[in-house]
Amino acid sequence: MSKFKKKTNTATSIPTSALPDIIFMLLFFFMVTTVLREQTILVEQKIPQATQLQKLQKKTLISYIYIGKPKNPSLYGSEPRVQANDVLITAPDIVQWVNQERDMLPEADRGLITISLKVDKDVKMGPISDVQTELRNADARRVLYASTGKIYQD
Amino acid sequence: MARKKGRMSQEVNSGSMADIAFLLLIFFLVTTTIASDKGILNILPPKLDPNVPPPDIQKNERNIFNILVNANDDLLVEGEYRRTAEGLDKDIKEFVLNFGAPDEDAVALFNSLPASLQAQALRRPESSDNPGEAVVSIKTNRGTSYEVFLEVFDLAKKAYFEVYGERVGLTADEYRALTGDDEASKALQDRGKAGIPMAISIAEPDKIGGN
Repeated sequence: MSKFKKKTNTATSIPTSALPDIIFMLLFFFMVTTVLREQTILVEQKIPQATQLQKLQKKTLISYIYIGKPKNPSLYGSEPRVQANDVLITAPDIVQWVNQERDMLPEADRGLITISLKVDKDVKMGPISDVQTELRNADARRVLYASTGKIYQD
Repeated sequence: MARKKGRMSQEVNSGSMADIAFLLLIFFLVTTTIASDKGILNILPPKLDPNVPPPDIQKNERNIFNILVNANDDLLVEGEYRRTAEGLDKDIKEFVLNFGAPDEDAVALFNSLPASLQAQALRRPESSDNPGEAVVSIKTNRGTSYEVFLEVFDLAKKAYFEVYGERVGLTADEYRALTGDDEASKALQDRGKAGIPMAISIAEPDKIGGN
């Protein structure tokens, strides 16, 4: 009568002998992609979202500046601060920091140094414009506003 | 006479290998932060020389698309109040492609555009003369939140990338993904933006609502 007869007697167990290999493959993937963080970030970082993201080809040219409210307000206060490398700095120190970063690059690439501004969502434009003014003074004019991808609505 | 002792099985017990691998896997899963170097690229203007007065640029008001964002994150777009930045990309696109009073070069540029872009030229006298003249100006207060500023800047970029992409038959996303590493993608990139400079000016914020 019906074509759909219940098949019985088939082996229902999935072969698990290849499981370790699959897990190892995953493991290697994550081992390769992992970047162990070499800095502790002292400021809050909730990166804003945007749609028009661009990716830079040469990662060595990027230096990072973190801006946000300090995570430890009892030590550093509650106003947004600027972090470069491992320490919180004030705006006038940025020129010196940029020059240090630039000296680490090969001579041919020094003009192409890009500063990635990792700015917390809640920061106001005031501190950011101060940082940008200093970057202009240091002649490091390529700036990347770090942001994460947003899903399109339309 | 030396005898081999090992009569027992010489193999390492591999039954728990999967468990060990799982443990390692979970460790790396937890510690992984996939590095993201994505963001919106911006080239800041060069430092002003205090001895040289800033150049006095005479530009017609109609060639500047003014966006003001105040400390309450309200927008004033071309003198018109807006609560959100939504739809700003379409307005900027219309503004750039307006071709209100094109000169000779701009007419040549207009003729080189694909028909879909030509159809978007509204030729309104109160909007920009031609894409080469058009400037999008974003001005904020010190108290404007960074998130809103970035949203506006993002939309301005989006408008330009859509124009560039449409010109070479790509979507904005595909155009942005061009690396410029090889000849073909470089040629596409140059063809997209030839004659239409991405002129987004970010004015120094004024001292309202911030420190």
